[in-house]
Amino acid sequence: MTEAPVVLRLDGITRRFGALVANDGIDLDLRRGEIVALLGENGAGKTTLMNILFGHYVADEGVVSVAGADGVLAPLPPGSPHAALAAGIGMVHQHFTLAENLTGLENIMLGTEPILRLRKRAGAARRKVEALMGGSGLTVDLDVQVSRLTVGERQRVEILKALYRDARILVLDEPTAVLTPGESEGLFATVRALAAGGLSVIFISHKLGEVLAASDRIVVLRGGRKVGEMATAEADRRRIAEMMVGREVPASRRTPRERGRVLLSLERVTVAGDHRRSLHDATLEIAEGEIVGIAGVSGNGQAALAALMAGLVRPASGAMRLHGAPVARHDPRAFARLGIARIPEDRHHDGVVGAMTVAENVALEDIREPRFQRAGFLRFGAIRARAAQAIRDYDVRCQGPDIPARLLSGGNIQKLILARGLDREPRLILANQPTRGLDIGAQTEVHRRLLDARARGTGVLLISEDLDELMALSDRIVVISAGRLSAALPAEGLDRGRLGMMMAGHDEERAA
Amino acid sequence: MIVVEPRATLSRPLAALAPVLAGIAAMLLAAIPIAFAGANPIAAYGYMVSGAFGSMFAFSETLTRTTPLILTGLAAAVAFRARLWNIGGEGQLYAGALAAVAIGTGAIDAPSWVMIPLVLLAGAVAGALFFLGPAVLKLKFGADEVVTTLLLNFVMLLFVQMMLEGPLKDPMSLGWPQSAAITDAAALPALIPRMRVHAGLVVGLVAVLAVWLMMKRTVWGMEIRAVGENAPAARYAGIPVTATVLRVALLSGALAGLAGVGEVAGLKGYLTSDLSPGFGYSGIVVAMLAGLSPLGVVAAALFIASVFVGADSMSRGLGVASYIADLVVALSLLSVLVGGFFTRFRLRLARRTPAGAEG
Amino acid sequence: MDILDILLSANFWAASIRIATPLIFGVLGALICERSGVLNLGIEGIFTAGAMAGWMAVWLGLDLWPALLVVLVVGALFGLLHAVLTVPFGLSQHVSGIGITLLATSLSYFIYRTALPNVSTPPRIEPFRPLDIPVLSDLPFLGTALFSHTALTYLAIALVGVVAWILYRTPLGLAIRAVGDNPDSVDAQGLSVHALRTGAVMAGSALMAMGGAFLTMSAFDAFFFGMVNGRGWICIALTVFASWRPGKALLGALLFGAFDAFQVRLQTQVGAFLPSQVFLMLPYLLAIAALVVVARKADYPRALLVPWFKGSR
Repeated sequence: MTEAPVVLRLDGITRRFGALVANDGIDLDLRRGEIVALLGENGAGKTTLMNILFGHYVADEGVVSVAGADGVLAPLPPGSPHAALAAGIGMVHQHFTLAENLTGLENIMLGTEPILRLRKRAGAARRKVEALMGGSGLTVDLDVQVSRLTVGERQRVEILKALYRDARILVLDEPTAVLTPGESEGLFATVRALAAGGLSVIFISHKLGEVLAASDRIVVLRGGRKVGEMATAEADRRRIAEMMVGREVPASRRTPRERGRVLLSLERVTVAGDHRRSLHDATLEIAEGEIVGIAGVSGNGQAALAALMAGLVRPASGAMRLHGAPVARHDPRAFARLGIARIPEDRHHDGVVGAMTVAENVALEDIREPRFQRAGFLRFGAIRARAAQAIRDYDVRCQGPDIPARLLSGGNIQKLILARGLDREPRLILANQPTRGLDIGAQTEVHRRLLDARARGTGVLLISEDLDELMALSDRIVVISAGRLSAALPAEGLDRGRLGMMMAGHDEERAA
Repeated sequence: MIVVEPRATLSRPLAALAPVLAGIAAMLLAAIPIAFAGANPIAAYGYMVSGAFGSMFAFSETLTRTTPLILTGLAAAVAFRARLWNIGGEGQLYAGALAAVAIGTGAIDAPSWVMIPLVLLAGAVAGALFFLGPAVLKLKFGADEVVTTLLLNFVMLLFVQMMLEGPLKDPMSLGWPQSAAITDAAALPALIPRMRVHAGLVVGLVAVLAVWLMMKRTVWGMEIRAVGENAPAARYAGIPVTATVLRVALLSGALAGLAGVGEVAGLKGYLTSDLSPGFGYSGIVVAMLAGLSPLGVVAAALFIASVFVGADSMSRGLGVASYIADLVVALSLLSVLVGGFFTRFRLRLARRTPAGAEG
Repeated sequence: MDILDILLSANFWAASIRIATPLIFGVLGALICERSGVLNLGIEGIFTAGAMAGWMAVWLGLDLWPALLVVLVVGALFGLLHAVLTVPFGLSQHVSGIGITLLATSLSYFIYRTALPNVSTPPRIEPFRPLDIPVLSDLPFLGTALFSHTALTYLAIALVGVVAWILYRTPLGLAIRAVGDNPDSVDAQGLSVHALRTGAVMAGSALMAMGGAFLTMSAFDAFFFGMVNGRGWICIALTVFASWRPGKALLGALLFGAFDAFQVRLQTQVGAFLPSQVFLMLPYLLAIAALVVVARKADYPRALLVPWFKGSR
């Protein structure tokens, strides 16, 4: 049987950002009808490579060649999404590129007609999209504003957008990050069907399991280089994991502990808000020395739960108790004083003030404490000392406490936030997506800190989209779906399939 | 292809130099309209410099003009630090002037050491309250403070006219709408005999020191900076954003109000509806030229004041319309905006590998 | 009743539409800029520049319609300056806008004063005359109220329809609405974010200049210092009130025009009891109130005030 022709060739792609080499001489071939998984941990350079392919970045060295309609490879003009689209490349970005004030159909039509045309031809477009929906099985209501679509539906619009433009090569960047396990399976089934019809697919992932299940060939990136490539059928799980990470990394292991006294309890708490940001009738308990994991697809109320725990919102109804006493004041400063350490989901948006120095950021939460100020005047010596200690103890890599925090890498910002919160020996930690976007080394570091805190008797609420992380760290797991919390299930021996069902909303047990 | 790259470290010397270059650029660009008006730009600059600094009297005039600009510049700088866009300095200035006139034209009989602080306090409070409204509207309703403060400027001007034709009208002014004169007890003394520069300048400089101290050394200053740079992160860290913004609003309005007090109680001696030729708006340019730094405000205010005083002289000497001063001020603002960009970013020419080259 | 008298007079309605006309231009211009994601606070200055440029073009000998072309170019040029500063370089839209207002205003005043250094009363030009439409202009009441306006007023109203059509029925409008919500969506579909935003700001600024030109070429016939008097800022408030929709923009401008016309007539009726300034304050206070009432739930374009840089993923 002859091999399918090559439709895409990356040749020696190199891209640097200052001193960092994000892609180092990467070669890659893609054949027609093939599904290639681009695997690597966070920071390995996968997204950068695909961004170069799609024209968001220009490579410093190397050539991208795409097969034309005649099958002959021709170089792709760099730096232009327009050229990439014209060459038949479609991309579903990790953060969706949809205009939320437009409908699905309008998003699909955007940019596909001559800009000075006097009238949109919605009718013809609709017919084509409906045919695509029928052929691919991806159905979505085209006339609903995207702001009202679920994450899964938005992804379908994104894929239809690419298919509408007659993509012959489809790139999916971390497509399952926002899907339930069930939805992920559905997506891969669809992708298989499309590939069988001649579409070539590259999907980026850092999850070994799904890569093994859904691809024909695996390419492993590490530190910007291609370190391995093999047919999936011949892939060895352990070898790939080692290739990804480059060394033996002990998995975070949790030793079973006795559950202590109840630290925090929520009783039938409701937080008002729009459908993605509300909590209904939530009941939850967190005890000393335990990690409670919240599993769920993003947009199901985690934001409301996190805001509640951070002191940013007050419950519309229901009771929230800390050490048995009702919470009096719902504001972040009061919560910090009560011993609740908070790690925000978006470290740049909520975690640090980028323009202020590292030292100022470390002291920011406690700036009113007597040790940092006297009669309103700042005690600079104490602030710098605290910063130096935090940098040392938490290994925050920076050029000193006086540089602006925005110059730190993501991992170091996270360490700064941890240093700020954990150093005060908190009684409770809210960790909201604490390892998102971090490389393996930084992830392990964060896990270690959380487990250490747990060992010291601190209670931890861990909200995460990473099921592996939740299973590894949590003592008990609660599933959040449409703003409602399930009963807490022991993590030991929990079946992932059952978890997946509950995340999709088919839950059998509710908290009383 | 030109690529925009953020600079790793804020280049300190460049950051300090940028406003100076901006001022120079503005002056150079102004040569075009000056030439268009038929005058020799070099001669024009000569008139400007001598008009602003050429004699003791000229210098005193420049300092007199600097006085309100220091305060309105400070008002804008403090507010902008917290990302609160106070464009209402003009209205707040008039509010302060009104309060000074209400209290200081004879309603209260007391010696200087009581009246002067009283009049200053009244003006500060009036200015603060006038900005409080828009600040609350922003915090509670999300109403853009740029628009509300701007529109209130017009409202306040009409209110002043109304007061001057009504309750505050000077019965001895022969029909022209102006207020009664500030009493001797309440008047800010002149700093140099027979010159117009007055103690308002001292008030301005003291305010500069106080604001500088606050921003650099106190908890409040740090909270203001945090709220201005990243309000959600500041809130997350426990800083009371609402209280901080209100504090900034009161301070900013108070400073602008003090500018009004100075003009009425130190310079003119009475209130008319044309008391301020746009000091509030020029204050914004002063603040931007100063890079929002309190100490820089003094230098920037002096620069803008000298442009206005110098332009008057140029207008008399060469017949160039005095609006040239407003033009220079506008060009300064745009120049400092562009200059600020270059201190934070760097342009790089990116080489694209030609198609077919080996990587 | 006095109030009823006012409301039932055809002149009142004619005045309302006349006062609303510059606001219609201004709000349409502002909403095009803001829909694409750029706040243009240069509007007050661009109004002034449009007023001065239009007047001066006619005073120098151009016919009215060619003079309007000059006005459009002047507006577009200031728009280009604002766009260059804020779109590719991402500088503060607030500061740039205020800078443009100061620049356009001072430049207009300077050029005017330099060209006419010694005049005490501003010279007059031959402005647009009210159109005499056969049959319609002679109707009782409606003839005066609706059909005796100048060409510019009818142009403004027609533009409401044109802008609405462009925004909602053409690919260009779709792209503008998208770039103001999520520039990445436009970039990922191969369009240029910078080109769209720059074009929108230039077009919007040209319309703003028309608003100013109406003052000197239709409503009045001479240029006065300070004649714009805050109309530009009122347009910014009305844009939020109009939810960035052309139809509501027309409605808002008409309501405001009616209120202003009402206030003027009320002065003559009730003026003995209240100083004139109280009435003059009312339009500004109304604009503030309109802004406050809708601000909470206003559907701001999501990418408004947020600069976008290529490769910022």
